[in-house]
Amino acid sequence: MNSFTIAAHTYRSRLLVGTGKYRDFDETRAAIEASGADIVTVAIRRTNIGQNANEPNLLDAVPPSRFTILPNTAGCYTADDAVRTLRLARELLDGHKLCKLEVLGDPKTLFPNVVETLRATETLVREGFDVMVYTSDDPIIARQLQDLGCVAVMPLASLIGSGMGILNPWNLEIIIAEAKVPVLVDAGVGTASDAAIAMELGCDGVLMNTAIAAARDPIMMASAMKKAVEAGREAYLAGRMPKKIYQATPSSPEGGVIGAVHKAA
Amino acid sequence: MLASISLSGTLGILALTTTLQLNGQPLTVPARISLAQLVDRLGYTGKRIAVECNGEIVPRSRYGETTLADGDQLEIVVAVGGG
Repeated sequence: MNSFTIAAHTYRSRLLVGTGKYRDFDETRAAIEASGADIVTVAIRRTNIGQNANEPNLLDAVPPSRFTILPNTAGCYTADDAVRTLRLARELLDGHKLCKLEVLGDPKTLFPNVVETLRATETLVREGFDVMVYTSDDPIIARQLQDLGCVAVMPLASLIGSGMGILNPWNLEIIIAEAKVPVLVDAGVGTASDAAIAMELGCDGVLMNTAIAAARDPIMMASAMKKAVEAGREAYLAGRMPKKIYQATPSSPEGGVIGAVHKAA
Repeated sequence: MLASISLSGTLGILALTTTLQLNGQPLTVPARISLAQLVDRLGYTGKRIAVECNGEIVPRSRYGETTLADGDQLEIVVAVGGG
């Protein structure tokens, strides 16, 4: 019930987590363990030339032998930069094809540039990448990305790192209803209830970083997110009761209440 | 070592040094240095890195046979924390 499949690989956890903004690699690793995530995102950056080459490496703390590493293109503002970054990532990770594409359009909002995202997707799919794509919550763009061959579509819930939660559940529902590939909410989750709502809407998974890393206790929040994603998934599968607007129905029997006086017939 | 002789890399076949652009910064190295030698000088041998030269990925297996030339644009990257 809780396993799901992306690009023919099956994963136990529907919670995907980032590795940014932690105090150190020990905290990173502890939070990932507490989250139960199988898929873990990383960024690709230039080495610091001239600095100690023996400083600890993220991939020692989060080894590819244990986790599925999902390299991202965070910080890229053009399709070309995103494609180059993921080619480097594929070399770095010994030919690993799964990647997270994000092409940004604005440094203040980090809103995705969907035109560049579509361009990069075409190239990456042609080159054999399995593309999980970050996008806006526009159902038409989501469909086009799917049609280009993305293995998962990942609309934002709200702005990256904002913690504002799910701003447009209606659009997400349209995207989910039409999708033939997994839909994951990526970005904007702030707390456990946001993750649960995403899963109750029918998302296949949730990807988050700041909601865990910027919590006062990241490890406890990672645990909370694990439970929220599981709870939301179960609630979705269980099928919620219909909403009855302004129409109460008691849960307890209406008859047999003490003190009631029955008139003789 | 040739590295101690400071000559411009722009002297063509007489050049004793080569100037690269490494991660956006100029770097002067001995002429005819291989990528494997550069990676070693930087302390990255055996580390999880990836290298792009002039926009093309250089597979790890080809560092030894890749000779760097004046003006080559190199990017050397690692995985870092991110979402």
